[in-house]
Amino acid sequence: MAHVEHDVISGQNTTGHEWDGIKELNTPLPKWWVYVFWACVIWAIGYWIAMPTWPTTNGFTRGMLEYSSRGDLANELDIQKKARSQWLTKLEAASVEDIAKDKTLLNYALAGGKIAFGENCSACHGSGGVGVAGAYPRLADDEWIWGGTLEDIHQTIQYGVRNENGESRQSEMLAFGTGDTLDATQVDQLADYVLSLSSKTPAAGSPGEAIFAERCTACHAEGGVGTKELGAPALNNNIWLFKGDKESAKQGVVNQITKPRHGSMPAWAGRLDAATIKMLAVYVHSLGGGK
Amino acid sequence: MNQDVQAPKSGGGSMYAETITIHPRHVKQGLFRSLKWWLMWGLLAFFHIAPFLRWDRGPDAPSQAILADIDGRRGYFFFIEIWPQEVYYLTGLLLFAAITLFFMSALAGRVWCGFLCWQTVYTDLFVQVERLVVGDRSKRMNFDKAPWNAEKLIKKAIIHAVWLAIGAACGIAFTLYFGDAFQMLHNIFTLQAGLSVYAFIAIIGGFCYLLAGFAREQVCLYMCPYSRFQSAMFDEHSLIISYEEWRGEPRAPARKGQSFEGRGHCIDCKMCVQVCPTGIDIREGLQMACIGCGLCIDACNAMMDRVGLPRGLISYDSITNVSSRASGGPGTKTKLVRMRTILYTLLLTVIGTGIVLSLGTRRTTEVNILHERAPMYVTMSDGTIRNGYTYKILNMVRAERVYTLKLAGIQGATMEVVGGEKDVAEMELTVPGDQVTSLRLYVNAPEDNVTDKKTDITFILTEKGGDSEVRSHSLFAGPGR
Repeated sequence: MAHVEHDVISGQNTTGHEWDGIKELNTPLPKWWVYVFWACVIWAIGYWIAMPTWPTTNGFTRGMLEYSSRGDLANELDIQKKARSQWLTKLEAASVEDIAKDKTLLNYALAGGKIAFGENCSACHGSGGVGVAGAYPRLADDEWIWGGTLEDIHQTIQYGVRNENGESRQSEMLAFGTGDTLDATQVDQLADYVLSLSSKTPAAGSPGEAIFAERCTACHAEGGVGTKELGAPALNNNIWLFKGDKESAKQGVVNQITKPRHGSMPAWAGRLDAATIKMLAVYVHSLGGGK
Repeated sequence: MNQDVQAPKSGGGSMYAETITIHPRHVKQGLFRSLKWWLMWGLLAFFHIAPFLRWDRGPDAPSQAILADIDGRRGYFFFIEIWPQEVYYLTGLLLFAAITLFFMSALAGRVWCGFLCWQTVYTDLFVQVERLVVGDRSKRMNFDKAPWNAEKLIKKAIIHAVWLAIGAACGIAFTLYFGDAFQMLHNIFTLQAGLSVYAFIAIIGGFCYLLAGFAREQVCLYMCPYSRFQSAMFDEHSLIISYEEWRGEPRAPARKGQSFEGRGHCIDCKMCVQVCPTGIDIREGLQMACIGCGLCIDACNAMMDRVGLPRGLISYDSITNVSSRASGGPGTKTKLVRMRTILYTLLLTVIGTGIVLSLGTRRTTEVNILHERAPMYVTMSDGTIRNGYTYKILNMVRAERVYTLKLAGIQGATMEVVGGEKDVAEMELTVPGDQVTSLRLYVNAPEDNVTDKKTDITFILTEKGGDSEVRSHSLFAGPGR
């Protein structure tokens, strides 16, 4: 068995273990070291009893303290909710214009609106309101199809666009180029004129101008400045939703004249509380610099 | 340096060594003992008094000279006030401290361990308490062995009460650096302080009691990493505690009137072992457990005086000098300027100058700018290009300040701040004191002036009435042509 030897050089004994002629010096640790180890073991056993530790077939042991990090989170959330409620009451009472005027409320609403936007709006409008060309309008620019004042935006978020909600924004563009409306040449001329509107020199006196004046100004207004109440976008600027890139720009306009597309947006009143919708309105207004 | 860890002897076949309580004998006088007394009282006084020092920073600021204000996220050190993002000053300070430690070791051995470390200071103090209550080394050893009786119980109780009191004072003193010392002290004693305050006092005080009362040299031997790498800091010119073997051996007890011809000067009185706070025999050579306190030198010198031999059988000297003396040389050449000390001095100078310079030119206005990435840019209805930025102004003085913000780099660019001015080339910003103000800023530029995908843009913030300006560079994104 163990054959303890005395090592002359180090003045210590060996442990008596030997592996292929290699022996191990016994350099003992102090006793307190092992006591600390046992204290840790005892602590661990106490921990098993006090805290949730062991998995069982359909759950886990909960421990005497019944601690759970989920419970901690719930508590934290409660505390946050209470802290938030005073702000939310203020936001509910104030109009969106009042919120924008009050510096502290504005800061709170911008921060809260950013979160709510990320959760609810960015799926379509993109993060930061960048939008998706050909589908969802960009909110970060200064063109507002349904109006860009705080109240307009508030209204749009509350009731949405072209949905079943009775208050929602409604409008529909007629399809030209079918039946007896416009023939292919006229559509082509009209598209040319519409495109020229966004340049600084609209093609005055062109055949398209006459067609535009006759067919389009009812909604898109004189000079193509658009009518916000009808959701008829301005055509006289560089911002296009359904145009496509430079090469296919004209085809995009032709498509919109002949087979118009319409975006829709759900109503958020009822899904989100009034205060959140106000925060969203203020945030979205800030994205585009507002009107 | 041939000796490794002093090896505790294993007993009774156990894998673990009994911890033998070390009762160092009191050194009555000597250079190193006096040094230790001075430094001990000096450091203890500093630890306990420093939080009460005041420094006037004006009406709205704390007046404590040294304060780590965790809630307010500020650090104060006399005239210096740092914000959390300036923690690099602390990094610099720690770096400076670490190199100072190496520097000290290279020059004069474990000065830190022997004299300055709070483990040493408090252990020394705790041992003195034992000495005053029970007596010196032999009395304490007998006291340990003595059976329990009323006297032992009372003396033990006194010792532990004093230890706990010192621990509590230590705990309180170190907690006071984290709040207004006077107010906090009042709250602590009127039981009005927060739970965390008492918890910190208990933790710091408890560890003081445990480490200085019980763990003592075990901390140096098993916990502290520094003793393990000291040999990397030493070279043959570093001052270390050395037993001058050439002179001392062969050792033998001295009898009165006996001549020292043909024998060593060591009289084997074992005083050096008895006074050693880590219980080692320095005559075995430099070892890890030697904390370099020099008490064995004091003890040995006293004995040498008594037997009429020259002092310095145990010396605080370099290996070069000791071996020079061993071979008959003078051994008085202390080489302070070496590659290693030059390097340390250089590093200390660089870091020290760096800290002083950056503190001297420390700005009281800082700016952070973040270019909006979603979207990178927006084309507006009139064709202008707009970029969004988050612009943060850190006003690090306690008064409200007015700044002017301008742009440079893009012709005709204008700014707009959410909830503020619109389409201006220059704007005035009022920023409250001691705060970070975050602005959402838009910059509009005519499309003809931003033909690249990326254009450099500079925001220039000038304090009104001041001449220093803060320039922050960012980019302006565009569609590119």
